[in-house]
Amino acid sequence: MKKTYNIEVDCANCANLMEKAAANTEGVLSANVNFMLLKMEIEFASGADEKKVMKAVFKACRRIEPDCEIDF
Amino acid sequence: MNKKQKKLLCRILITFALTVLLLFLPISGIYRFVCYFGVYLVIGFDILRKAGMGILNGRVFDESFLMSIATLGAFALAIYTKSGDYLEAVAVMLFYCTGELFQSLAVGKSRKSIAALMDIRPDRATLKTENGVVTVSPQEVRVGDIILVDPGEKIPLDGVVLKGVSSLNTSALTGESLPRDVGEGDEVISGCVNMTGALEVRVTKPYEESTVCKILELVSSASSKKSRFEAFISRFARIYTPIVCGCAAVLALVPPLVNMLLSLPAGFDIWLYRALTFLVVSCPCALVISVPLSFFAGLGCASKNGILIKGSNYLEALSKTEYMVFDKTGTLTKGEFSVVSAVPLGVSEDELLHFAACAECASSHPIAVSLKKAYGKNINRDTVCNIQELAGRGVTAEVDGVNVSVGNSKLMAESGVEIPLDIGEGNAVHVALDGSYAGYLLVSDTVKENSPKAMGLLKKAGIKKTVMLTGDNYNEAQRVSQAVGTDEFQSGLLPHQKVEAVEEYLLQKSKRSVLAFVGDGINDAPVLSRADVGVAMGGIGSDAAIEAADVVLMDDDPLQLVNAVKISRKCVGIVHGNIVFSLAVKFACLALTAFGLSNMWFAIFADVGVMILAVLNAMRAFKIKK
Repeated sequence: MKKTYNIEVDCANCANLMEKAAANTEGVLSANVNFMLLKMEIEFASGADEKKVMKAVFKACRRIEPDCEIDF
Repeated sequence: MNKKQKKLLCRILITFALTVLLLFLPISGIYRFVCYFGVYLVIGFDILRKAGMGILNGRVFDESFLMSIATLGAFALAIYTKSGDYLEAVAVMLFYCTGELFQSLAVGKSRKSIAALMDIRPDRATLKTENGVVTVSPQEVRVGDIILVDPGEKIPLDGVVLKGVSSLNTSALTGESLPRDVGEGDEVISGCVNMTGALEVRVTKPYEESTVCKILELVSSASSKKSRFEAFISRFARIYTPIVCGCAAVLALVPPLVNMLLSLPAGFDIWLYRALTFLVVSCPCALVISVPLSFFAGLGCASKNGILIKGSNYLEALSKTEYMVFDKTGTLTKGEFSVVSAVPLGVSEDELLHFAACAECASSHPIAVSLKKAYGKNINRDTVCNIQELAGRGVTAEVDGVNVSVGNSKLMAESGVEIPLDIGEGNAVHVALDGSYAGYLLVSDTVKENSPKAMGLLKKAGIKKTVMLTGDNYNEAQRVSQAVGTDEFQSGLLPHQKVEAVEEYLLQKSKRSVLAFVGDGINDAPVLSRADVGVAMGGIGSDAAIEAADVVLMDDDPLQLVNAVKISRKCVGIVHGNIVFSLAVKFACLALTAFGLSNMWFAIFADVGVMILAVLNAMRAFKIKK
């Protein structure tokens, strides 16, 4: 299952790092961050709890960019 | 400007004013330090805070952290050497933040211009109901409902005109400025602007499947499909910072230790300063920002011109196209037949056309349509009787009491009529009157006006070889190929043979170049997906084309192809330029610093300057010369 979220991030490099961090989160099959459109597309592993996974993704992203936001 | 940017701008201005003030104030000693450090905190507080959080999160190579180390280090050195030169640290922070602000403004501006460009989303629909007229959102309208569109309004949903005549402005979708005339029974697509007359439209598709929705979805997902450049730059960024930091550490420790071993003065302060300068240029952001920005601008420019490209990767591929393979019908030609010449035998040309057109009067076959069009006069149906359509052969009928047979050579053979003439090239329609041969009409597919021009311009734009594939016979293919000016053609191909032909060319071309196939998207989906880049022409309203192709030209003008290639070449050129330029400046800066030929001032100027230039350069991809 794929879902797209609005995000807020200031620098392009952080966006790339966030993409990597999200992809490495458990329950995420693949992640794609579009810096220009401020969108994050997450493909969840089957059976993953969306809310829980997104919480983990958000936490991982916050470690990279302390003032980033993800709408979920 | 948003709140964050305004705040940053305020802080930059305050810092600048305070710094200038401090330059003229004769303070010294500890007060001097306190003053400068206060100003430094105004601008750098945010960065220091982020750096602190970065450390807590175990991120050593965070750019805020590196900037903080560099500037705090500069302060420490100024105290250690008693030089009192605190200005440098403040200035570095100031320029760094100015760069950040500029970057965020530039990115915001391009986001906005794309949003404006994509302002084709209709916000309301005027629904005609039993109880009068109501205004609703387009999502609420169902298939079969009747909507009213006044002049000046956007057509909110795809449909068919029930009542009214008008011209539509399709420029937001196709980039084509000529209005399109519509009347009763014509299909209209959402996103066009109704210009002259009120229309009553029966909706044929729900909002989610409407043209506007499809286009918006396609455009917004396009920049998520990343090009090789983006992948390269993000991989590079990941190793660049650690490597530069490693070099800085080596620079701070090794030369002084070597000096000590050689019992020379160690010069710790000199080498530490150089190491700190390294950190100033260790941030890869400038490099990282310009690549997606250029592609974003390129994709935006393309969609503004009615060219939908499904991803940055296809934009990149398009720029490397060397072989362009075309389908004939509907792509290079209009897909409409017309009479190109008449060769009568024993009758006049007018008579020949008259009999042929009258016999075909009831038929809607494209060839029949072309005959009627060439005849041009009204046909009195009362004079025609006994019409018989013979599938795959032609028509027989009685016109003005004469038995007329109109059709191909098979029909002539069946009716026992000999063809005494040598037919040249093309599709001939033979006419026999009362069983004797009366001549033939040559019909052929009309070449689009701009096809020859487009071929010439494509060659100029760097396409090495153009090929035309068609299912038609050799004569017809040769005629069209010559008229259009393609380098090669293959005729008599069945759909699967077109795939094979494309595969052959894929082997022929050089490995790094790209083969693009251009079709109308209706029955060439397999070929479109087999080619490196599949381009569907005149995709407007055709779902199949939008699905199958990588690039969709909304208009069916072949000149659009030239624009597509030009936009892609320009965009990729800019990306190349930016990468090479930014890297060159960064490495030059590092080299100069290592040998002590530059200082922190120079480093921050180079870093911010190169970023600003790269961003400005990237924004150029928004525009092309037509």
